[in-house]
Order: sequence, then structure tokens, then C-alpha cells
Amino acid sequence: MAVGTQYLAEQPRPRALSVVFGAVAIAALVAAPFAVYPVLMMNVLCFALFACAFNLLIGYVGLLSFGHATFFGGAAYFTAHAVKVWGWEPLAGILLGAAGAAALGLIVGFLAIRRQGIYFAMITLALGQMFAFICLQAPFTHGEDGIQGVPRGHLLGLIDLNQPLAMYYFTLAVFLFGFFAIWRIVHSPFGNILQAIRENERRAISLGYRVDRYKLGAFVMSAALAGLAGATKAIVFQFATLTDVQWQMSGEVILMTLLGGIGTLIGPAVGAGLVIALQNYLAASDFPVTVLIGIIFVVCVLVFRRGIVGEIMALMKRKTG
Amino acid sequence: MSTIFGIPAPALYGQILIGLINGSFYALLSLGLAVIFGLLRVINFAHGAQYMLGAFAAYLLLNYAGIGYWPALILAPLIVGAVAVVIERTMLSRLYSIDPLYGLLLTFGLALIFEGMFRYWFGAAGKPYAPPAQLSGGINLGFMFLPIYRGWVVVASLVICIGTWLLIEKTRLGAYLRAATENATLVQAFGVNVPRLLTLTYGLGAGLAALAGVLAAPIYQVSPLMGSNLIIIVFAVVVVGGMGSILGAIVTGYVLGVLEGLTKVFYPEASSIVIFVIMAIVLLVRPAGLFGREE
Repeated sequence: MAVGTQYLAEQPRPRALSVVFGAVAIAALVAAPFAVYPVLMMNVLCFALFACAFNLLIGYVGLLSFGHATFFGGAAYFTAHAVKVWGWEPLAGILLGAAGAAALGLIVGFLAIRRQGIYFAMITLALGQMFAFICLQAPFTHGEDGIQGVPRGHLLGLIDLNQPLAMYYFTLAVFLFGFFAIWRIVHSPFGNILQAIRENERRAISLGYRVDRYKLGAFVMSAALAGLAGATKAIVFQFATLTDVQWQMSGEVILMTLLGGIGTLIGPAVGAGLVIALQNYLAASDFPVTVLIGIIFVVCVLVFRRGIVGEIMALMKRKTG
Repeated sequence: MSTIFGIPAPALYGQILIGLINGSFYALLSLGLAVIFGLLRVINFAHGAQYMLGAFAAYLLLNYAGIGYWPALILAPLIVGAVAVVIERTMLSRLYSIDPLYGLLLTFGLALIFEGMFRYWFGAAGKPYAPPAQLSGGINLGFMFLPIYRGWVVVASLVICIGTWLLIEKTRLGAYLRAATENATLVQAFGVNVPRLLTLTYGLGAGLAALAGVLAAPIYQVSPLMGSNLIIIVFAVVVVGGMGSILGAIVTGYVLGVLEGLTKVFYPEASSIVIFVIMAIVLLVRPAGLFGREE
């Protein structure tokens, strides 16, 4: 049984409720920079999109990638290089980053989908580590220093992204675009076939679907969207470093998704917000963040496998019968 | 000075020796992973952390209890094995009925906890651990200089690998283990206590990792992060070898270690990624791994 399948099936909920909920959430996000430090919110949005992109793979195809930092951090490098060295306009730079991540996803996915389950996780982890080594040595990434001082520039030559609010609303737009894309993918016929593969791969094969192509397609989409998040983060924070390509980052995005709820649409975003808030909170103390992340992992796996949103949805389902 | 392919012979032999040493650790760790996976169907992500714990156990025994290398070689695996038994009983055993990926995630979390705590207590810097007096110094083999401790590590790891293989292939306990791997329910019906067998296996695997950690302590420095980078390479080794056979895991470990050493001689830039490249090629040509079975 694929990870989480016992909990995942997205239940058709009253449409009106979803619309109201979505509208409230968007309104809150629009108002957020007036209540919360905008850079923190932008960080949350980038990681929320990253986690949602990761969840497209684990939640809807049942594939656990342990190497998603490759696409997140790789795109950050591509975008930072294009914007800083080639002087590209930020949106073009971000699109290049996402395209680069998709290309990386094609290579990694092509190799990794040849094995399943646990092997898939180990292969993606190993290839991710290989990419991190390459980033350490390649000249354009500047090794340990990373690419610093990336200019935010003017969006389409018009909007000055050095204005915190402009940067925030641009990041929000990118997040909403990515989130909507994931929603569309999941609810398309393509998405239904992915879920069929997750539930029973052999049956999907016997029904005549070329399972490998669907898996690879989903992998590339997930990589591209993870890249979109990483590329945006490079513009927001104006740097790209090794931190974003290392395996710890792949672990973090797994945690965000697990904590929020694997296979729920908004769960990963909630998880990302919580983890970032926690890291932000702990940055001031000397308590080791890794230990806490490890503890949350263990607790989630042992008693809380549906994640926060998954638990709430299960609770609501039980109430409404 | 003699040369081979334009490389000074001593440099070549030196890198082959380093390759054999690294290969010894790849073999020991992938062996433990394969033993655990064979029965528990869990990929033990904490394997690197348990290797680190073994090295730290030796370091702490020496510095706080005055217990030297030789007793540590026995004590450290026992301590780490005992911790592993507790982990298996209290946490891992709850996950056998669900997707094996959760076992991977649980052990990943445990690895983060162990590494984070030791980093918090001891800092990230490596700590030296001197080899025992009997094994310090070196001998001149005529064609190269061999530090005795390094020769010992290669021999010891070979003995441990072969010993473990014999334990699994030739003893009654090993027969139970293999039988439980094939069909646990049936073995349980014959009156074998399978849950205890699972606990024992996880303890044994973790103990092997700790033993490797003690062996490694005098060569690499003792540091909280010594396991996490190694374990990822070992995962690649496991993918190359396939986890179907114990012997396959051992052979693949040594061969890849030596290949990595040779790469360091001929094309140093690629030495850190060569094992991953080999993994990619094996996936293209023989996805089940060199010694693996299609599942």
C-alpha cells in the first residue's frame, strides 16, 4: 500500500464551503504583510509552494522523493545566475529556474522511476547528494560562498521589487499560481490516473496505462513547481547557497508535508508555515533545531500519520457521517 | 620511481589502500542494512547515526572511564545494540503492518535526533582517537608503506563480514532468520518467536554499524556528522548491489571503495560522485542491482 493511501482519498466536500474557505485564506494572505514581517511571510510562501509541489508526488502518486532539494536549490542557482550575471529580468529568471528544475527532474525521474518504494527514496537521495557535490565544485555556483547579492530588479521592467510590498504580492501571486496549477493537475484526468497508479499500480498497467510515463510526467511537474518555489526564494532573499540543495532540505520538505498532511491540498502549506515559524522562534534560543525536527518526525510517524489537516478532515468526516 | 599509466606507483597503491579502507566501511554498513532490510523490510536511515554512536561510545569510554580500544570494540556495539533493541520494541515494531516508507521516515527522524544532540553536546568539530599501541606505526612492504592500523581495519572488516555471512548461512539462528525472511507467519507457526527474532536482528544490524564506528574512530575523526554523509553513499552502494544477497552487499562495498580510490588517482574531480554515477549506470542497465532479484 502506498504511503498514506489509507487516509488520503480526497473526499468531495461541499463546494460552497471550499470556496468560502479559499476566499478567507486568500484575504488573510493579502492582509498578512500588514500584520507579520513580510520577509517571514515570503519565506513561508516559498516553502509552502515547495511542500505542495513535493506533495504532488508523495500524496497523489505515492512516490517518496528524498532528493527534492535538487530542484528547489538548483532552480535558485539558475535564477540567481541569470539575474545577477546575465542581467535578466526577474520573471524571466524565475521561469528559467523552473525550466532548469524541470530538466533536472527529467534526468533524476528517468533514473529513479526504474525502482519503486524504498529504492525510489534511496535513489533520489543519492542523486540529490550527487547534485550537491556538483554544486560544491562547479565554478558558477561559487562553492561555499554561493551566489550573493542577486538584484531583485524591476518586474517586467515596471514594478520595483525592492519595495517589500511589491515583492510580497509578487511572491503571493507565484504561490497562488503554483497552488492553482497543482489543484488543476490533481483534479484532471491525468491526476485521476496518477491516483489510480498510487492505489494499484498493477491494475493501472493492466488497464493499458503506460505507468512509467505518468510517473515521469508527475515527477517533472513536481520538480518544475519545486523549482518555481526555489527560484522565487532566490529573488526574495537575493542569494542562492548550498543549504538549499543539501539532503537536510529534502528532509525538511518531507517533514512539512508529513506534519501538514500527506495527500491533502493545503496540508503541506500549513506544515510549511508551522515549521518555518518554529525555526524562526528557535533561532533566538540555543536549542538545536535538528533535534526538534527529528522529534516531530518521530511523533508524526508514530501517532499522527494523517498530519494536522488530515486529522481535521477525518474529524469533520466523522461528524458529518 | 616506477610508474603505472603515468602515475607514480606509491600514489596508486596508496589510493587503492584508501579505497579498500573506505570499501571496508561501505561493506560493513551495507551488510548491516541488508540484514535489517531482509527481515524487517525497513531501510534503517539511523544506520549512519548508529555508526557515529559507536565511534562516540569508544571515545567516551576512553575519555571518561579509561576503557581502551579493545574492550570498546566489544562494549560499543553492545551499548548501541541495546539502544537499538529499545527503539525496535517501542517504535519500529508498531510500523511493520504499514508502508515500509514510514520505517524510513521514523529512522530518519531518529538519526536527526541523535546527530543533533551530539552536535549540541560536543560541537561539530572532529575529535581525535588514537589507535591502540599494538597497532600504531607502520611497516614497509617494499612497494609501499602500510600503516598497521589501516591493514588491521581491512582484515578485521573482512573477518566481520565473513563471520556475519557464516552466521546467517550456516547456523541454526541464521536458518530461522532466512526462513522468517521468506515467510514469517509460517515460521511463527513452527514455534519460533518471530517478534524476538526481529528485535534481535535490528540490534545485530545496529551493533554492526557501531562496530564499524569503533574501527573508524582512529582513521576518521570522531564527529557527530561522520555518519550522515557516509550513509547516503552506502545507500547508493546498496542500490548498485541490490539487497537480495548478503554476499553481494559485501562484494559491492569493497569494489566500489576501490573504484572510488582509483578515480581519485586518475580524475580527482569526479571522485566524490563516481559511486553515484555508477549507480545511475547500473539503474539504466540492470535496475534490480547487480546481485538483486526483480520483485
